[in-house]
Amino acid sequence: MLNSEIKAQLVSVLGDAHVRDDVESRITHSYDATPLYQSMPDGVVFPSTTQEVQDVLRIASKHHIPIVGRGSGSNLSADTVPVAGGLVMVMTRMNQILEIDKENLTATVQPGVYTQTLHEAVEKEGLFYPPDPSSMKISTLGGNIAECSGGLRGLKYGTTKDYVLGLEAVLANGQVLRTGGKLYKDVAGYDLTKLLIGSEGTLAIITEATLKLIPLPESRRALVAHYHDLDAAARTVSAIISDRILPCTLEFMDRKTIQVVEDYARIGLPKEMEAILLVEQDGPLEVVERDMERIRHIAETTGATHVEVARTEADGAQVMAARRNALSALARLRPTLILEDATVPRSRIADMVREINRIADEYNLQICTFGHAGDGNLHPTFLTDARDTEEIERVEKAFADIFEAAIRFGGTITGEHGVGLAKAPFLEWKVGAAGITVMKGIKHAFDPQGILNPGKIFTDQPRLRKENM
Amino acid sequence: MVQPVPAKPKKTDPAVVTPWNNLGRQLAHTLDEDELTNCMRCGFCLPACPTYRETGLEAASPRGRIALMKAAVDGWMTPDESFRNQMNFCLGCRACETACPADVRFGRLLEQSRAAIAEHAPITRYEKTMRHLFFQGLFPHRSRLRLVGALLALYQKSGLRWLVHRTGLARLLPPHLRQMDRVLPTASMQGVVERIGTHVPAHGKKRGRVGLLRGCIMDVAFADTNVNTARLLSAAGYEVVIPRSQTCCGALHAHSGEERQAHRLAKENIRTFREAGVDWVASNAGGCGAQLVEYSHLLQNEPKLAEDARWFAAHTRDISQLLAEGNPLPLRSVPKRVTYQHSCHLKNGMKVSQEPESLIRSIPDLTYMPLNKGEHCCGSAGIYNLTHPETSMHILDEKMNDVKETTADILVTTNPGCLLQMKLGIERSGLASHMQAVHLVDLLTESMEKGDDPHNQKEK
Repeated sequence: MLNSEIKAQLVSVLGDAHVRDDVESRITHSYDATPLYQSMPDGVVFPSTTQEVQDVLRIASKHHIPIVGRGSGSNLSADTVPVAGGLVMVMTRMNQILEIDKENLTATVQPGVYTQTLHEAVEKEGLFYPPDPSSMKISTLGGNIAECSGGLRGLKYGTTKDYVLGLEAVLANGQVLRTGGKLYKDVAGYDLTKLLIGSEGTLAIITEATLKLIPLPESRRALVAHYHDLDAAARTVSAIISDRILPCTLEFMDRKTIQVVEDYARIGLPKEMEAILLVEQDGPLEVVERDMERIRHIAETTGATHVEVARTEADGAQVMAARRNALSALARLRPTLILEDATVPRSRIADMVREINRIADEYNLQICTFGHAGDGNLHPTFLTDARDTEEIERVEKAFADIFEAAIRFGGTITGEHGVGLAKAPFLEWKVGAAGITVMKGIKHAFDPQGILNPGKIFTDQPRLRKENM
Repeated sequence: MVQPVPAKPKKTDPAVVTPWNNLGRQLAHTLDEDELTNCMRCGFCLPACPTYRETGLEAASPRGRIALMKAAVDGWMTPDESFRNQMNFCLGCRACETACPADVRFGRLLEQSRAAIAEHAPITRYEKTMRHLFFQGLFPHRSRLRLVGALLALYQKSGLRWLVHRTGLARLLPPHLRQMDRVLPTASMQGVVERIGTHVPAHGKKRGRVGLLRGCIMDVAFADTNVNTARLLSAAGYEVVIPRSQTCCGALHAHSGEERQAHRLAKENIRTFREAGVDWVASNAGGCGAQLVEYSHLLQNEPKLAEDARWFAAHTRDISQLLAEGNPLPLRSVPKRVTYQHSCHLKNGMKVSQEPESLIRSIPDLTYMPLNKGEHCCGSAGIYNLTHPETSMHILDEKMNDVKETTADILVTTNPGCLLQMKLGIERSGLASHMQAVHLVDLLTESMEKGDDPHNQKEK
């Protein structure tokens, strides 16, 4: 509950309907899509303009109230769980696409626009916004920017950070910060745009973004390759890239995932396979057809037991059905699903998958691995039950080992989900003591009181690595 | 990494007995804990949910409602008036189930919540009386329904309706009910059995024996459609039986928390159709069909009936499924533009969406006009348009914007509630002069019996 003086101030800014501190509102903003985390805020606010965001932040900094920005709450690192209470600031009323500029190839958007809404709007104009997180039907662009979302097209097109040209954001003290613009070149001082991308709501509240668009690829083809041997699949991935082909998606599924997907969707996947690769290329038709032919040849010569090229775009959708069904298939097996995103250099994928399987056996857990082979961003997915505390303890231990392995292979603890609460104890493993010091300094420069999303990214209880125990 | 969920707020003192406390206890006892745990809070249900789209509030989304149920079960909150309102605000369209990767059966959780609410939450005497009157006094009793039908028919045919609208008396009704009265079909004293008996033999190669559920509202307001259903089934090679002793499917009861009544009706129907020795049970109303396939779940703890209930649910088919699998219908030219609005319960409850569209497309010379967002609920949702008129009408008006875009002559749907709502929508949006809403069965019948013969041979 909010104290009545603060509530009155908030109501004077936002109006009665957009400040809520009843039990219903607080409970329904106490979680996001991360399993096992829940914490009640004191209230929920729904601003509709940058000015309102400024006014709320002024009130919050005056009274030291934590502020957690939130879009659709589809986050997977508990970044939108209000662990320190305070106010959840829901940005979904600011959901307008302000402009699609066909001369500069940019889109200017408010933070509450759904990713897919933008996709549809720009594709109507023959333009393309590549970042495609799997939650794009509901995830908001503000959330995508706060987390630096990736997606299936990361290998060829990059991720959110490669498509944000400029931002408007409100600092903790209520000041507005504007960075970048409709500019492909801009080196006036530090790159604050990039700094805010992936800052997980700890530096500022994003209120507007200018995004880069590119021409919409004119055609698209897909193929699927089956493997009896994990290393053969990894060889195919490496050979495609070293042959200087960049497919727009290059997805991987391990044997456990294949079995689960086949049981659920019955689309004719071979259950005795060690791995399958799903490859998609887009671009001018002749280039796409040439690339697909080369990829087919590479797959066959590097050890695929079976390769199937879709003849049309519609057939391609069929080929990719396995990947689209992965989450649903996994989600139905056990009540709780924990989707991780440890990421390694492309060349170490086979090592990493084998290590994940070894860890699963060691702790007697069910872990299915699928993900973006093209950019090394894997999704080891734990199938468990939140009510089984003993199993959850083993899950925790397995996590730590998986992060440790990722770093040992030259990778990272998170590729696209963010650090949030879930991975804060492991951040130092990746960035080192110097990294933590610099990051904390940046945090202090933006938010000296520490009211923006407190408790996220940094922790007072870092985990020790096994080798240092 | 994974930190324990913070300590729960203190539970309310159990010594204090209020109806709301009792409701909390009942929810903890009856809500399916596995289903609650299966929700992974991914949020994929949000854009599928009409009330979330309407309000933008998490609490009005399936994920939010599940969080509230779970909070009541875990003791984070004592359910209150807002809890009840939120559960009643849901249309029960189950679009969230279709969108859910984890296959959470939200409809069941909602029914469990509403049953607990019906049993424990404080309720006014008027509401109690009305509920009793409708759920126990009217729907399960064919003779009384028919009496209401007769009175309605008398009102419609005697000139009384004309008088009411002419004299301005109708203005005493809220506008949407006034419009509803204008589009209500002429009620009928004669149900399907009274018109064609209880048995219709099959035509051509025999495909099996089908028991037809005649429904309660269907048989009073759309008895013609029931007759046409039996004829189409017969033309497709099915022998049709329409047992006299069948009763209401219980959908409206289940959706409104009248659980016991829903059980009782389910048992009666299972017994009736088992005794009729049929291969399939056919429904021509999405809302009824979705309830029939739930019978196995509804009666899973009834040792004597569980197996029959499983058989019943497994052998229930929508009319469109049976027609799609039966002998090809002798369809003839209907040169019209036709669009299709899904019945939510047919699509999300029975998982039937392809067959009606293919049947429409199979009519010669017909132009199929796809309806943008045809899978979005129309806002009829059982009695929702009576309990939440404002939201229902807003959802309907949005729907009609998309319907207008199709420029169709005929708008097809597969459920009586949706059909009435669509008729109302056509009336509200001023399309009445050049668009009509019909049941799929009636369109197919028109094509079979009255369509332009492509060979210019008049059928006898």
